[in-house]
Amino acid sequence: MLFAEAVTTAPSYLTTLLWLIPLPPILAFALIALFFNRYRQTSSTIAVLSMIASTVMAYIVFFNVWQLKDLGKAPISSSIAWLPTGDTTLSIGVSVDPLSATFLFMVPLACTLIFIYSTGYMASDPLYSRFFAYLSLFAGSMLGLVVSNNLLTLFVFWELMGFCSYSLIGFFYRKPSAYKAAVKAFMTTRVGDMLLILGMVYLYAQTGTLNFFDIMHSEEVLELLGTTPAVGIFGTTLGLSAAALIGLLVFGGVVGKSAQWPLHVWLPDAMEGPTPVSAMIHAAAMVSAGIFLLLRFFPIIEVSGEHSATFTTIGLIGAFTAFMGATIAVAQYDIKRVMAFSTISQLGFMVAAVGIGAYVAAGFHLLTHAFFKALLFLASGSVIHGVEHGHHHVHAHGHGHGHAHGEPEAEAEHADAETHHEEFDPQDMRNMGGLRHKMPVTFWTFLIGGLALAGFPFITAGFWSKDEIFADAYHHGIEGGDPLGTLVFITLVVTATLTAFYTMRQIKLVFFGKARTEAAEHASESTPAMTFPLIVLAVFALFIGFINVPPDFPIFGSIVGSGAFYFKNLIGQYLIEKPEPLAFNIVPVLFSLGVALGGLALGWLVYSGRNLEAGVTDPVERLGGLFRFLNRRWMWDELYRAIFINPMQWLADNYTRIVDKGVIDAILEGGWKAGAAIAGAFAAFDRVVITGISDAIGRGFRVVGDWGRELQSGQVQNYLLSGLIMALAILVFFLFLFR
Amino acid sequence: MDLFANALNGIPLWWFLVVSAALFCIGLYGVMARKNAIAMLMGVELMLNAVNINLIAFWRFIAPNSPSGLAFAAFVFVIAAAEAAIGLALIISVYRSNQSIDPEKLDQMKL
Repeated sequence: MLFAEAVTTAPSYLTTLLWLIPLPPILAFALIALFFNRYRQTSSTIAVLSMIASTVMAYIVFFNVWQLKDLGKAPISSSIAWLPTGDTTLSIGVSVDPLSATFLFMVPLACTLIFIYSTGYMASDPLYSRFFAYLSLFAGSMLGLVVSNNLLTLFVFWELMGFCSYSLIGFFYRKPSAYKAAVKAFMTTRVGDMLLILGMVYLYAQTGTLNFFDIMHSEEVLELLGTTPAVGIFGTTLGLSAAALIGLLVFGGVVGKSAQWPLHVWLPDAMEGPTPVSAMIHAAAMVSAGIFLLLRFFPIIEVSGEHSATFTTIGLIGAFTAFMGATIAVAQYDIKRVMAFSTISQLGFMVAAVGIGAYVAAGFHLLTHAFFKALLFLASGSVIHGVEHGHHHVHAHGHGHGHAHGEPEAEAEHADAETHHEEFDPQDMRNMGGLRHKMPVTFWTFLIGGLALAGFPFITAGFWSKDEIFADAYHHGIEGGDPLGTLVFITLVVTATLTAFYTMRQIKLVFFGKARTEAAEHASESTPAMTFPLIVLAVFALFIGFINVPPDFPIFGSIVGSGAFYFKNLIGQYLIEKPEPLAFNIVPVLFSLGVALGGLALGWLVYSGRNLEAGVTDPVERLGGLFRFLNRRWMWDELYRAIFINPMQWLADNYTRIVDKGVIDAILEGGWKAGAAIAGAFAAFDRVVITGISDAIGRGFRVVGDWGRELQSGQVQNYLLSGLIMALAILVFFLFLFR
Repeated sequence: MDLFANALNGIPLWWFLVVSAALFCIGLYGVMARKNAIAMLMGVELMLNAVNINLIAFWRFIAPNSPSGLAFAAFVFVIAAAEAAIGLALIISVYRSNQSIDPEKLDQMKL
């Protein structure tokens, strides 16, 4: 075992590095957004360099801790007090433990490759700088989420990622489908996030801390959570432990983020974003974050009991999602949409694995899946790019515009998204075919990714991680007699067969046969900026599986020697009780061999010869009604539209009409009318009383003045007369009144 | 003198007062109502003389031993003479500037 000669202490600068890891991309976001948004080259350089800086720091941390023996029990951690909350203080901080170490290995690498790829893929986009700004923030958020040592900051970064995915899915915001997809993704994940908040609040109410290790590494706290009965609304008891309820609520967040049924509907639509974003969402960040959180909460879910409602729910939803995603993927034509449903299906695998308690297998599959799915997405992007290129080529020549090859794309790309798609869809696999000669690097890397996804035996990573899940499911279900385990095992076996089938269908449709359109005929290989990440990822898609080979696996167990079950020993440390390694069993291995090879062979046979020619109906369309049902994605969108969106819209419309216009507007209108009446009364009062009095006074003075002026006639006899009158008056006064 | 004095002996004071009041009123009317400035001046003379009658009458009946009554009357004569002189001079001056001595047409005082 690798841990035999392990070092036991880590250098002290690691905590500083941990704080710094998420910083460069977030800083890059700020720099690009504020200062360099006009400088395309500078923006991408800053983004890529920041990502490389993060990667270097993350790898320094990783290689310092990957052999630490008791990293699980004593994670390297650093906290600061953040929010005083009455008697207690909420601390936030960073840490590295086995689980986050795994992610510190995978996330920065995948992100860096996606960044490099984006410099090529987005090269002709007018909003290049904005793209890199968002992408940087996305990557920074994911790194922040990984190094968080508490649920609160994890949640903050979780939401930041939600925002970034919203912005990036809606990146081609002039396309109505793009911004609708962005809103859909944001709203759908919000449903899950609401549950996650509830879970977080409940957890804090129960334990008084959100620090993962204070909870997950303390047997007393876990025991308390496991034995406290959960309190429902109005004090009802739910028949659950607090741990089970918290697990369920957190799982609600995971369902939203990791696109599990019933909140899976946003992920296929997220294809509207540029392809590197899809890779980011499907592999490195977004959906991985959901499973990451689920693994983080595994100790809490575990104490809810072996057959608790939480485990059952997780297992059933995971298995169902895996099956559903795979069936839908079979009947899609959009190259990226196949991948999207494949992601949903594979995430279902992981969730189902958690549901049967296979914590390590879920984490392992998450890791391998991240690599081969990132690879597949980037390769799909390369295919789309190539076909689009071919389309422009044909277009430019066919219409005699005489554009230099590739040059007009700078302005055309965005416009293309709106106009050309009407007539030509470069993502439709029916428009491809025969690309293996035109795009050799893309072909080989796509093939490797596809085989890994299908679980091609021994030489791909996907085989090892799927086999691990199968082994656990077989052990729990068929051997252990657990009905949930049995169900999960059977579902996953069927799903894996479908997975292999649709993967082969895709490979054959895209790369084999003859080009079915002129665009595919003229497709050309992508630039090195795009093919280099493919090659690196392909290497990982092949070999990352060897980090968790069972030691008693025939031949391979002895090849890897002391490295066997390295991954299990590493992330198993997170749990208080280290998971017991299962004894090697040939039956699940045979199953995984059988389904992978069987599915691939079936796909190869169905999609060969005449079925690959242009104009031939896809064989799966012969399924008729079932095909349409699958092609329409089980009608979930229609169902949700009928159940939630339309009633909500009806409610909103009627609310507007009745309450808003009818009641509120009426009240307001009544208000202003009353106000007008009062004002009118005041105006009348003003006019009659105040103005009247002042006017009367003025008029009075005027009258008196006019009268007084009459006296001043200038005629001496009049003056005399007044003098006489005055004298008489004085006389009268003195004679009769003053006596 | 005696004859004259006796002739007046039987006449009571109020007769003089009535004559004086009547004279005063006639003078006043003249001042107020005549359309001729000279006639107004004559009215003023009448009023002054009415006052003089009063003064002499009261002296004779109430304080015959004091000279103040006669002195007063003498002053009034002097003043009346002076006033007539000044008044006539004013009237001439007014006439020169206005070609009229009708007091109704003289309204420059309000200017």
